[in-house]
Amino acid sequence: MGETPKGFRYIGAKRRTKEDPRFVTGRGRYAADVALHGLHHVALVASPHASARIVSIRTDVARAMPGVRAVVTGEEFCAATDSLAIGVDAPSVTRWSLARDHVRYAGEWVVAVVAETRALAEDAAELVEVEYEALPHVMEPECAMMEASPLVHPAHGSNVLLHRNFVWGPVAEEFAKAEHHLAFRATWSRSATVPIETFAVVAQWHPGTEILDIWASIQMPKYPDQTAKALRLPGNAVRVHYDVDVGGSYGVKRGLKHTVLVGYLARRLGVPVRLVEDRLENMRGGDMHGPDRSFDMNVAFDHDGTIRALKIRAVDNVGAYAGRAPFQLGKPISAICGPYRIGAVAYEPVSVMTNKTPQEAVRGFGQAPTNFALERTMDRVARYLQMDQIALRQKNLIRKDEFPYTIPSGSTYDSGDYHTVLDKALNAIDYPALVRRRDAARERGLLAGIGISTCLEPSGGNASFEPLFNPKIDTTTWMDSCLVRVDLSGSITGIMGTSSSGQGHETLVATVVGEILQRDPAAIRVIHADSLSALPSNSPVGSRMAIMLGGAAAGAARIIRDTLISIAAHQFECASEDIDYRDGNTSLKGVPEKVLTWDQLVEIAHRKIHRMPAGIEPGLQAKFVWDVPTGGDLPTADNRVQVYPCYAFEAHVVYVEIDPETAAPQIKRYVCGHDCGVMINPDIVHGMTYGGIAHGIGAALYEKFTYDEAGQLTSGTFMDYLIPSALEVPPIEIVDHCTPSPLTTFGQKGSGEAGYLGAPAAVANAINDALAPLGVEVNELPMSHLAIWETLCKADAGKAGIGKEEKR
Amino acid sequence: MSDTLYPVSVEVNGETRSGHVPARTSLVDWLREHLNLTGTHIGCEHGVCGACTVMLDGEPIRSCLIYAVQADGHRVVTVEGLAHADGRLSILQDSFCETHALQCGYCTPGMLIAAQAFLDKALLERNPRPTETQIREAISGNLCRCTGYQQIVDAIALAARRLAAGAE
Repeated sequence: MGETPKGFRYIGAKRRTKEDPRFVTGRGRYAADVALHGLHHVALVASPHASARIVSIRTDVARAMPGVRAVVTGEEFCAATDSLAIGVDAPSVTRWSLARDHVRYAGEWVVAVVAETRALAEDAAELVEVEYEALPHVMEPECAMMEASPLVHPAHGSNVLLHRNFVWGPVAEEFAKAEHHLAFRATWSRSATVPIETFAVVAQWHPGTEILDIWASIQMPKYPDQTAKALRLPGNAVRVHYDVDVGGSYGVKRGLKHTVLVGYLARRLGVPVRLVEDRLENMRGGDMHGPDRSFDMNVAFDHDGTIRALKIRAVDNVGAYAGRAPFQLGKPISAICGPYRIGAVAYEPVSVMTNKTPQEAVRGFGQAPTNFALERTMDRVARYLQMDQIALRQKNLIRKDEFPYTIPSGSTYDSGDYHTVLDKALNAIDYPALVRRRDAARERGLLAGIGISTCLEPSGGNASFEPLFNPKIDTTTWMDSCLVRVDLSGSITGIMGTSSSGQGHETLVATVVGEILQRDPAAIRVIHADSLSALPSNSPVGSRMAIMLGGAAAGAARIIRDTLISIAAHQFECASEDIDYRDGNTSLKGVPEKVLTWDQLVEIAHRKIHRMPAGIEPGLQAKFVWDVPTGGDLPTADNRVQVYPCYAFEAHVVYVEIDPETAAPQIKRYVCGHDCGVMINPDIVHGMTYGGIAHGIGAALYEKFTYDEAGQLTSGTFMDYLIPSALEVPPIEIVDHCTPSPLTTFGQKGSGEAGYLGAPAAVANAINDALAPLGVEVNELPMSHLAIWETLCKADAGKAGIGKEEKR
Repeated sequence: MSDTLYPVSVEVNGETRSGHVPARTSLVDWLREHLNLTGTHIGCEHGVCGACTVMLDGEPIRSCLIYAVQADGHRVVTVEGLAHADGRLSILQDSFCETHALQCGYCTPGMLIAAQAFLDKALLERNPRPTETQIREAISGNLCRCTGYQQIVDAIALAARRLAAGAE
């Protein structure tokens, strides 16, 4: 069980969440549930080509259909709006919601039809005639980087969006000194978190107030600002309602292009407009695919298992447009050498455009693929040296007494006890017994393997790595905030400025505020403001809200508590230090009969300024805006930067059996040791960790956005894009450990990406351990049933090679 | 597309609901758009994810794969019909809250319907203590991206125990 530090009243306790009751009764309110009088609906005409010139568009037949309100093409739309924001420095890679002149991927939106019902809009969309001239397309980065390749954006002059070479520490020297080198390629195929709710947005323009109201299933920093900018509206003309429940996101719900389109239509037509993606639109044209990345790993090490240096070249297929997705090569700089003492690292990230669907941020923002490549590297080294995979990790893991520990790329890890967490996971699974079980299974003719991964989850999301990828960016703050208010009745309300997609932020704020004020969290209400009335937030990205929103809520609650104490001290004519604060009531120390209750203090604050100390505002509310701890600095001249402040750790131990007749893998045991510091609500943390592991199992074994030679997505439905069910995800055991962070309010770290950052690596290592006796391996995800089958066939064909590792 | 409207009358959560709909209106669209029962969600509209699961005459079905007119004369239970008449949570709903068997809540209504149908059947078949494997099979047609299913399985097992204790 957990080892939550003592001294907390509500933090770390088993408590029901505030959100669950409305969801189990069907009373959640999602964007698609927002019903407005006179609501109109959008259907989209999408490109059937991976690359083509739009020759002509005929809309009159569709427009003439009864019930159709408008048929809008890219020509009209692009003239009336500005390009969506581009994160990297590539000004000619512009991007609008609707294509104009050229389409760059199959599924790209070309025409929007607005009608009284969605069904009518879809009928009319079928009547729109678009004539295309197909152009050559390119789907793979290796081809796209060749000189003769078709260009996705000819104006950019190349398909390479971004190419950097970072060298941190004496890489060449360490490679020269090392006794052994090993090089291989690990490939993370394109998958995503694919929430069950597709993206949905509703917009309504009020000509009287000149405000555009938006309800959307959104999880995105700077969303209102970017929407307003593209619509050429002032920021205070866009009001995003954050009280919409978001049906899952895990990074991808960033429907800026959807929002700008619907906002434009609502304003132009003077009616509220709704767009809800259907599943194919979501998979093909929703622009929410994740990293699609190959890693060329080169590692230098000695015979005793000491890893001296790493060279990593990561080539990522970002798809047809830029957006913020190329930065997913940047966050891993935060933990580029994993939890290991590796003194020198070279990192060469390359972001390449192709005619695939554009990428979007996916849980971990590029860290899960990097962790997979690092952990495959550790296993390859262990196998090369014929060293135990656990012993190799134990040798290289940063020791507890070495924290805070600064890695070559400049980030300092705050705290950790990696050896203990790994030991706990191994004990929980009874590792010696597991080895016996594996060996017995092998004797029975099964392929059986144990996979280990020891991985980091950087948390407290910040944008400080962006200047490394775009020197024109000099953002140094990524604040979050909370407003806490006590009304005249004495009730407490916490107000946050972003939407939630299942992370339990209402529970988080109530727990933290309750902890500080010593009031029951069950009675604390937490609401989501709209973007015009909210304090600044950078939304729940990068595992940040336990740290950032939790820290801000605690900060605001402390101001309230201090105010109450000041009011009491003023009545008792004593110093604040002489006041005892308990459960919201105050008394004079040593004189217990001198008491002012919560209700009395609130009454004074709201009604009796003549009894208030000087310098304190009447009314009882406090805001707290918190910047990311350790943030605030630009990268150094030698490209070192503190990316995220906190580092959670996870150790996965997985046991897999593969039926040699069918090649079907089955996960038989799964234990995850997890240390994210102080858990504010253990049920929420465990839930996200289980869910992250399930995502990771999907990425490792099942999920892939596949394309055919014509550039068509061939896994656009849940019949082909396989999401693990309760039968594929095994029972999972989580073993908690707590190493508090010295940087945060209560010692908490982030956990929103927990599980996902280590599961793909561990499952991949287990599959390879199972295949090892045959002398074959697989280094590409997903390690699908078919991929394993083909690998087994290869082993049969090349039996002469069994048992031989490549050595030199 | 024909504009003809067809009469439809369905017992929804114990109440007779009637209307006129085009033949192509799915049951889930009718529930959500015409009856304002937005607790039932749409995930894939091709019958895989299970988010739109409702009970039709006691059996869990995909309401995206059946037309509203096909439900004419039948009995439908949605998530809005699971709680007691006085608003108290059912044992299953309460168990979901106890184990935190959800996060974003989007798959939850369909998951609850599938689980309730399973528990009803288990009770009928005098299997008050279903195994974890039986529970996993029962919800294997309902996809969840948040929870990894563990706390859902725990919730259904807890509900089964509570129901068995109540029945004893």
